[in-house]
Amino acid sequence: MNKLFLIFWLYIFTFNISAKSANINEIEIYKNLRCLVCQGQSIADSNSEFAQTIKLVVKDKIKEGKSKEVIYEFLASKYGDWILYRPPLNKTNFLLWSIPYLVLSLGGLIILILTKKRKNTGNN
Amino acid sequence: MLSNIGNSLITINLFLTLSIIYVSANNLKNYKVISSRLFKLSLYQTTVTIMSFFTLITGFIISDFSLTAVFQNSHTLKPLFYKISGSWGNHEGSLLLWINVLVIFSYLFLLLNKKSNNNYKILTLLIQNILIFGFLLFLFANSNPFSLIVPAPLEGMGLNPILQDPALAIHPPMLYIGFVGSSIYFSAAISSLLSEYKGKSFAQSIRPWVLVSWSFQTLGIIIGSIWAYYELGWGGFWFWDPVENASLMPWFAMTALLHSLTVLQNKNALYSWVIVLCLSTFTLSVTGTFLVRSGVLNSVHTFASDPSRGLYILIFLSLMIFSSLFIYLKKSTNENYRLKGNSRETFILVNNWFMAFFLFTVLIGTVYPIFTEVISNTKISVGPPFYNIVIIPIIIPFLFFMALAPNLQWTKKVFTLIIILALASFLNLVIIYFFKKYSLLSNLIVISSIFLIIYSAKDLLSSLKNKSFPNLSRIFSHLGFGLLIFFISINHNFTIEEDFNLKVGDKKKFENYSIHFVSLKTDKKQNYKSITGIFNINNLNSLSTKELTPEIRIYSQPETLTYEASIRSGLTHDLYLTMSNISRTNIYNIKFQKKPFMLWIWISAIMISVGGFLRIFKNER
Amino acid sequence: MNVKNIFLFILPAFILITFFLALNKNNEYNTQNLIGNQLSDFELKTLDNEKIIRSSDLKINKFTLINFWASWCAPCRTEHNYLILLKKQKQLKILGINFKDKKIQALNFLEELGNPYYYLAKDKNGKASIEFGVYGIPESILIDRNLNIIMKFIGPLNEEDYKKIIQYINNNE
Repeated sequence: MNKLFLIFWLYIFTFNISAKSANINEIEIYKNLRCLVCQGQSIADSNSEFAQTIKLVVKDKIKEGKSKEVIYEFLASKYGDWILYRPPLNKTNFLLWSIPYLVLSLGGLIILILTKKRKNTGNN
Repeated sequence: MLSNIGNSLITINLFLTLSIIYVSANNLKNYKVISSRLFKLSLYQTTVTIMSFFTLITGFIISDFSLTAVFQNSHTLKPLFYKISGSWGNHEGSLLLWINVLVIFSYLFLLLNKKSNNNYKILTLLIQNILIFGFLLFLFANSNPFSLIVPAPLEGMGLNPILQDPALAIHPPMLYIGFVGSSIYFSAAISSLLSEYKGKSFAQSIRPWVLVSWSFQTLGIIIGSIWAYYELGWGGFWFWDPVENASLMPWFAMTALLHSLTVLQNKNALYSWVIVLCLSTFTLSVTGTFLVRSGVLNSVHTFASDPSRGLYILIFLSLMIFSSLFIYLKKSTNENYRLKGNSRETFILVNNWFMAFFLFTVLIGTVYPIFTEVISNTKISVGPPFYNIVIIPIIIPFLFFMALAPNLQWTKKVFTLIIILALASFLNLVIIYFFKKYSLLSNLIVISSIFLIIYSAKDLLSSLKNKSFPNLSRIFSHLGFGLLIFFISINHNFTIEEDFNLKVGDKKKFENYSIHFVSLKTDKKQNYKSITGIFNINNLNSLSTKELTPEIRIYSQPETLTYEASIRSGLTHDLYLTMSNISRTNIYNIKFQKKPFMLWIWISAIMISVGGFLRIFKNER
Repeated sequence: MNVKNIFLFILPAFILITFFLALNKNNEYNTQNLIGNQLSDFELKTLDNEKIIRSSDLKINKFTLINFWASWCAPCRTEHNYLILLKKQKQLKILGINFKDKKIQALNFLEELGNPYYYLAKDKNGKASIEFGVYGIPESILIDRNLNIIMKFIGPLNEEDYKKIIQYINNNE
């Protein structure tokens, strides 16, 4: 009980010392966008003409006060989901985001079963 | 002439391999003694294979452009070192390297496994040689580095300049000892099922091989990241690119296997699971090769892709999967486990649990775009944000488990646990107080990595005190891992990145730095022209000035443009500067990064593999 | 047990078959998925800075071909003839958007190779091109009077593209 209380308190404490999300960091957005004319580089890393243009457009939209999600949606509407490095959560990508956690749960379940088996096989 | 020599050697090799398969099949009928012919044939096979590799290297050194592989990947002006490393830096040459590793491991397994059952050894040799035959056939029929061009061109097409780097030169051989070397315990696993050579002896027989392949795989991955950092000019070292993932997935399986072998060896449990891991590791290696060389995925890595290669590898992969699956299902028996909650075995299973999670995440992230494209004709990208969001939170409990697992008395010494946890939290607070706040997730990562570091350091100190080092390799690797996560999170949270446009002579202030674009100079080298920018970076706090000189390089064979970062590495941080020209202007786009603790990231990562090598040498005694 | 075995075989079979199909599929990225969408509203300055061209201005045309071009772009030269030919189509008007270029050089280009553009606008910093889903030069977009995207051409127009446009225009009086 004391242990739980301690852990709980630590959690709250770390919440207080964590940074709140500040203003939108444009470089973070650049990193999430794919450079469409490059061989596997983000807009942040690319030196291409296209990357330079996208950076200007994103900067404008940030100045206009648009949120990250709106900016991503805008670019995806023009260029398809391919431009986003973070696959949006929709029907197509549902399995992508859920299978890892399914595996995690399944694995945990298996370990629980294996360690609990003793109770069943103990009594003859 | 080299082409003829090479092709002859390959042909001889094909026949030798078939002979080995035939002789070992016969030997199985009466395996009291391993036929001496098998030893001889394997020796010849090894010799012929190595000779063919040297033949190819010779072709590169003397620039014999009648050989297709040399023509497509080399040039007379290329420096000698890169001529040599170019021999395995292309698809056909690297395939020859694959075969070399397969063959050498096959022979060494036969030679060095003194204690094992003959039946098991012969069967392993047999299966390994079926794999070798498959690859030899692939090389000969589809991807032959010795195929002839007539008439011989006078000059080659050159090698991509970003591949001309010392780290990248040794990266493939390291990785191949890793994931191609895993072939031997793939074969051993099937052999174990068929010959029923199980339990502790089986674990002991494959353990050194798993250890060797794991250590080299770890090192190979690290070297690849070091190369990416120094050479690719984006300042990062891991992009979750398919080719990186292809090397990481077998690594997860190998790590799980390495841990599970302990259980099999000590408690004779988890045999079926160990077999599954052995089979999966090499299967993942071949899958990774398929994904990267077939062209089904877009990747930074520039192995030019070709669907016919993909088809061949796919067929080979399918045969491997279905035959191993069939044999496994037929031969495996139900095992009844009884595992105590707080036992070494359970913790090792926990490790495997997390490894499986990481493995499936990376696997699904890598191949999912293929499925969406084939099934619903949509192209999606799965990039770093996906992997970071899914994997990073799970690292937190993983680090805690890593810390507690070797210290099984933690339930009795809860007090120690709380003290260490409090200490870790306190150190985290110190960092926040003196520097800056970061996200909740980062807080937890820092705390849990410090937690692991403290526990590992504690173990290290008590080993030093007792002057006995039973677990030095494990302590080293775990400590390295804790440090790695710690330094990566500090690096991630305290990196300063700025992106701006400058003309020659411009000065700019940002954060506590000022940058002065002093001048530009042009230069002409052996195989490229360069434009170098001279920049002075002034640290306004310490008043120190460093000069950085990023370059734009224009290569002619092949015609490429590369951006060379200027990097000043130091104990506390790296300064990283890249420069590119905005077309049709005299304005340059400058990317500046201050990256804390980069050197320590490399050191901690290398520590992880050193743990593995320590264990290998300990076993040698 | 057998159900489990069958599943264990079907899963890898499914994955391998998908890989096989992917081998033959491999297509390069393009924005063909945008076809059918409506163009968003836009406002562009003309090249001589005198007027503004709005998206609504295009609604009086049965079809408009929007062509992104620049004097410094080599493939733009190879496709220019097709644009000149397309100028003859009565139902089609061409909007040329000069991309990241200098006015003098752009005008010289047109003087040398001919001016197929009914409307001539400019996109000095390239930002407007993003609104059109353009990522390289040259690119051309065929729209109808409701500003719906009918066809997209990445790269210079060739003979086939030219024929496709003619055919479509003539079949959709």
